[in-house]
Amino acid sequence: MIRIENLTKQYDATTVVDDVSFDVERNSITVIVGTSGSGKSTLLRMINRLVEPTSGRVLLDGADTRSEPAHLLRRRIGYAIQGNGLFPHRTVAENVATVPRLLGWPEERIRARVTELLEIFQLDPALYASALPHQLSGGQQQRVGVARALAAEPAVLLMDEPFGALDPIIRDKAQEDLLDIQRRFGTTVVFVTHDMDEAFRLGHRIAVMSQGRLLQYDRPATLLTHPADAFVARMTGLSDRALKLLALTTAGEAALPGSSDGPRVASSASLREVLSELLWRRADSALVSGEDGAPCGRLTVAAILARAHP
Amino acid sequence: MAITAPRQRVDRLGLLLTAAGAAALIGLPFVVFKSNRIVPGEPRALHEVLPLWAALGFQAVLLGDAAVALGVADGRRRLAAALAGIVVLALAVAAAANGLTPPGNKVVRIAPGGASWVLLVSLGLMATDAITRLRPGPLARVLLLALTLVIAGAALAIGTFDNLSVMREYAVNAGRFRAELLRHLWLAGGSLIAALIVGLPLGILCHRVPRLRPPLLGTLNVVQTIPAIALFGILMAPLGALAARVPAAAALGIRGIGAAPAVVALFLYSLLPIVADTVVGLRRVSHEAVEAALGMGMTDNQVLSRIELPLALPVILTGIRVVLVQNIGMVTIAALIGGGGLGTFVFQGIGQNAIDLVLLGAIPIVVLAFSASVLLDALIEALDRTTSVSAGARA
Repeated sequence: MIRIENLTKQYDATTVVDDVSFDVERNSITVIVGTSGSGKSTLLRMINRLVEPTSGRVLLDGADTRSEPAHLLRRRIGYAIQGNGLFPHRTVAENVATVPRLLGWPEERIRARVTELLEIFQLDPALYASALPHQLSGGQQQRVGVARALAAEPAVLLMDEPFGALDPIIRDKAQEDLLDIQRRFGTTVVFVTHDMDEAFRLGHRIAVMSQGRLLQYDRPATLLTHPADAFVARMTGLSDRALKLLALTTAGEAALPGSSDGPRVASSASLREVLSELLWRRADSALVSGEDGAPCGRLTVAAILARAHP
Repeated sequence: MAITAPRQRVDRLGLLLTAAGAAALIGLPFVVFKSNRIVPGEPRALHEVLPLWAALGFQAVLLGDAAVALGVADGRRRLAAALAGIVVLALAVAAAANGLTPPGNKVVRIAPGGASWVLLVSLGLMATDAITRLRPGPLARVLLLALTLVIAGAALAIGTFDNLSVMREYAVNAGRFRAELLRHLWLAGGSLIAALIVGLPLGILCHRVPRLRPPLLGTLNVVQTIPAIALFGILMAPLGALAARVPAAAALGIRGIGAAPAVVALFLYSLLPIVADTVVGLRRVSHEAVEAALGMGMTDNQVLSRIELPLALPVILTGIRVVLVQNIGMVTIAALIGGGGLGTFVFQGIGQNAIDLVLLGAIPIVVLAFSASVLLDALIEALDRTTSVSAGARA
């Protein structure tokens, strides 16, 4: 979907992004994670050409992104940033309609799309469509920011620490919403964050960056079990890596055949949650039930622990 | 009594205004009578110029105002009292002028005396203070201004003040007054528009190219420090030379003296506030909003016209307000070099020692500057309510 080839960005003598290459899969969430100054934002901004690379190139569906004017490219790519960047003098509906207007959609289609998006993001159009951004709470503003980025149905959505300014509870909800939205629209998301927990929660693939270089690009579990170097291991967190690993597998995926008279757990719960539940109840095994509520297997503490290491 | 009375606190401003008004009414003439335009005036006290009932009624209204000024905290009642006082004062002065003028006599001059002026200023301060306390919204302030202007205009139109000396001067100069008023507005507005046409792009350029900012703003700052008269003088030589060499320029009315140097000088003075406030306004625009706009595919021009300029507008308007009020005042001096405008009456009046003629020029200048200031302030506040960052922080 997106191929990043030998991207390098230098400002004078400083190399901000140093020869980075990787492929972003279609319909997935790729998280670029790194400390501040690691070049992760610059890398993201080179994808939609807000920053022009010094060398290397970006291919979108096989075509070089430099084959069309930058502003036309950007209209095809969703973009959401920290602090949401809403236009304070425009209503919520006008904000969301920004890119469709730039693309010259008919007014009827724009209105329908704005209404649809506000409903998806749980913002009652009757209440919020004509509100100004400052009349909304921080969480609502952030949702409008993401809705705006998705307005023109882009195949690719770039997000630069979009939830960085939210408090933990609202951030948790925002992450959940993003996972739902991504599944619903099949959008290819590239997401920048400095928060490793967020990266593990959202990412199908995680790219770890430091000092402009890509240290490792892998599935989250691989990052834990086979870190490329000591820095990646430290970034992913040594103290709770076993629990992080458990958090990446759901009960449904790990369920064994059979039944249990222990507590019932949902198949969508992570092994970390199931283990916590079993420890809390001093139980040895749990009954896994599917979305319809029917039992679909069992999990034992021993089986869970067996998955808590490489 | 069981009920504790609220502690009566005497209003300090009210005390000052009451003292000033009372002292003026006792010690200063109410009107000044001149048997013709040139002779020195004779003072006339209130009881000499009004029938007893009218004088007593007028004093009763003033006493009522003093009571309100001293003891009432409610802004609405203070404003109502002050405005009523001003109306009654105006009517009393007009009545005094009518009473002192022999029928058919166009030669005597009756002007408001010191007491009238002090009372007007005191009541005006009381009204301003009341408006400040009421904190009316932008629309309410504009409506209040419009109402005041309509009432004053109507009173002038039906001839309420025709026997006052200023209006006598007006009657003599009516044709010229109209022409000079229009010229005044044209000079002030034209130089503002020219400054906008040049200043806005310069401000945008300064914002886009930060290296240009210090030299450009520095140069404009230096221009700002040149006294107006000196600048007129400096411009005389080059403009005169231009007119002499280029007949087309002369045909356009460009000369060493007259309107041309006045407009050029006002234009130069106007540039700094416009350019500086454009830069400040653009810098105030949230970096995230610009970043998001670019990231969503707006071109540079679209970002400027749809995001940056609308968000910078309240600050740019502040610059326009400064320039307009400053220009309305400074055009007055343009009369010195033959630029015309209401200043013509001011300097003619000074030359002839005819204070009424000075007032004929000065009063409309003050009214114009004040009205422009109120109108633009209201506009800025109305815009700022929707766009300001502080509004966002409050929510």
